[in-house]
Amino acid sequence: MFTNGVRLFLLVTTVAVLAACGGAPAAAPTSAPAAPTAAAEAPTAEAPAAAGANYVLVPKNLGNPYFDTANNGAQEAAKELGVTVTYQGPATADATQQIQLLNSLIAQKVNGLAISADDADALVPVGKEAIDSGIPVVTWDSAIAPGGRQVHINQAVSADIAAVQIQMASDLAGGEGQIAILSATSTAPNQNEWIDLMKTELAKPEYAKLELVDTVYGDDDDTKSYSEAQGLFKKYPDLKVIIAPTTVGIAASARAVQDGNLIGKVFVTGLGTPNQMREYVKSGAAPQFALWNPGDLGYLAIYTLDAIHTGKIKGNPGDTFTAGKLGDYTIDPDGVVLLGKPTIFNKDNIDSFDF
Amino acid sequence: MAKRFLRWEWLLVALIVVMSVVNTRLSPFFLEPTNLLRASSDFMEIGIMMLPMVFIIITGNIDLSVASTLGLSASLLGYLHNAGWNIWLAAAMALLAGALCGLLNGALIARLGLPSLVVTLGTFSFYRGLAYALLGDQAARGYPEAFTLIGQGRLPGTRVPYALLLFIVLAVIFTLVLRGTRFGRYLYAIGNNEAASRYSGVPVRRIKLMIYTLSGLMSALAGMVLAARFGSTRPDIGSGLELTVITITVLGGVSIAGGVGTMVGASLSLLLIGITRFGMGLMNLQGQVQGIAIGALLILSILLPQVGGWLAKRHVWGRATLLPVGAALLVAVAFGWFFFWSRGLMLAAQ
Repeated sequence: MFTNGVRLFLLVTTVAVLAACGGAPAAAPTSAPAAPTAAAEAPTAEAPAAAGANYVLVPKNLGNPYFDTANNGAQEAAKELGVTVTYQGPATADATQQIQLLNSLIAQKVNGLAISADDADALVPVGKEAIDSGIPVVTWDSAIAPGGRQVHINQAVSADIAAVQIQMASDLAGGEGQIAILSATSTAPNQNEWIDLMKTELAKPEYAKLELVDTVYGDDDDTKSYSEAQGLFKKYPDLKVIIAPTTVGIAASARAVQDGNLIGKVFVTGLGTPNQMREYVKSGAAPQFALWNPGDLGYLAIYTLDAIHTGKIKGNPGDTFTAGKLGDYTIDPDGVVLLGKPTIFNKDNIDSFDF
Repeated sequence: MAKRFLRWEWLLVALIVVMSVVNTRLSPFFLEPTNLLRASSDFMEIGIMMLPMVFIIITGNIDLSVASTLGLSASLLGYLHNAGWNIWLAAAMALLAGALCGLLNGALIARLGLPSLVVTLGTFSFYRGLAYALLGDQAARGYPEAFTLIGQGRLPGTRVPYALLLFIVLAVIFTLVLRGTRFGRYLYAIGNNEAASRYSGVPVRRIKLMIYTLSGLMSALAGMVLAARFGSTRPDIGSGLELTVITITVLGGVSIAGGVGTMVGASLSLLLIGITRFGMGLMNLQGQVQGIAIGALLILSILLPQVGGWLAKRHVWGRATLLPVGAALLVAVAFGWFFFWSRGLMLAAQ
């Protein structure tokens, strides 16, 4: 009883397919053997390779301004090196999708992969597969465990992150006075490590006149962070600086300063992103804060890939290479390259960043 | 009716041929056996979960909890491995846990008569929650190489992954069960008319219990393959795969209303989605674009038989007929246009 229906189905599908083929450049007869077609296409597909290598920058997922900024840096590196960098990532930050994507990139025999890993462990086998197929693998932002990558670009080391925050706080306090820390949760491992290192930093003679009066926890919750900041204002009327080593805490504290008409009396600093902090930098509630520059991260990842692909280095610990405007880098014994000191954002440079 | 199933499968074969030709024309890397075999491993877990899903959908039911069961069993494997268990013993426990998950679904559906959509929507969250309870936000890693071979290994001397062989063997068994046994015929009977089947002596409850338990077991097996392929487990492992499994099953001609469908159709559909996805990956189409294309393909597959049904009944041409016909044509043309438009975008961007 469905015979007519099926005929129509086939007809419509055929029409759709023909329409689709019509759109293809120089459609070939479908009966043509596949192999010669592939051979004929091969030179076209490899054409970009002749002009320079083809690297792929793979973020955790597409549509995140942080990764888009990294791509801007990567494209800048591509221009300088005369290579092509394709920006290609999974729709959502999901290891299964990212592996599927990497398999198709390996199949295309790209010349290098710069990956921000969705899962440090699950990506080891596919990373290994790429390296075994002769495709260099560099990770950035989020590493694949050793074995699945040759080099990891680390954005910043904890000691530098702690030091820059104390230095900014000292600047803002004029070298002396009360400071307090507003952290994430009391169990957050990153923040706790930074706070310990900040205390070590404060023991240095140049910071002798800074007094750390309290450490409070906003639990990375906007409302709680805001009221913890207000609590600090009440409890310590002479407080000069709040250091918030967390993106939620720094924005909430700056807003509390602004809402409490305390601009110029209490300053906020710490770790944040330019888009979130722009308003407070301009109002003076948080004149300066720090973070690594994701653009530099993408830039360095591509330079590292290129150094390995062109054979300048093997990607082994101890190898040294030059990465354009960023200067010279050495791969450390763990296979890690350190991007450098965190970038300080203030009213002079904040408008050139968008992430 | 038999003729119709046959036709559907031929249609899938035609689409597979078209896709292969298009992919081969657009990418020189598509037809390489190494590449195709490597890409196949991205779909084996989905395939293993699809097999019992065909049974379940044929009876007019659904199982939304397959990927969560996968996650729970893989997490249990990781948890026991971390606790120092032998990996094979841990895997056996994980398979058992998967079967129990399925049994619970089956019991709620068959014994209490609750709708399968609601029950498995509940256990979808419940099982995934248990996975998080087991591993927290940690990963379990360091599985022995003998175990990871299940997901990463290839037949010695070839590029054929073990997981592909496993799927083929299972698919053959499931096909034989569905086509050649009384059990298989009962599944169609339940899907066509559950009440009538019960009155004619079909053990409806027991069969439902069996197919859900089987689904749990196969999901756990898929979890073992995926954990072996990743060499590690996180509690979010495989999340979202249930929708892909159901999409492929329905595209394979298994009617969501029950009573209709074949294992061959579903397997062809898996191949079709596999090469479509791989081809789009080779053309560097972005993930979101791929999702749109697969979605359009699915809607098309549901619309067209409807259209066929309308015409076959020789209805007068009216709004009721023109609407689905127009919609089908629109989706078909949009799919073709979209496919090449998005490719043009990619080329322009480079």
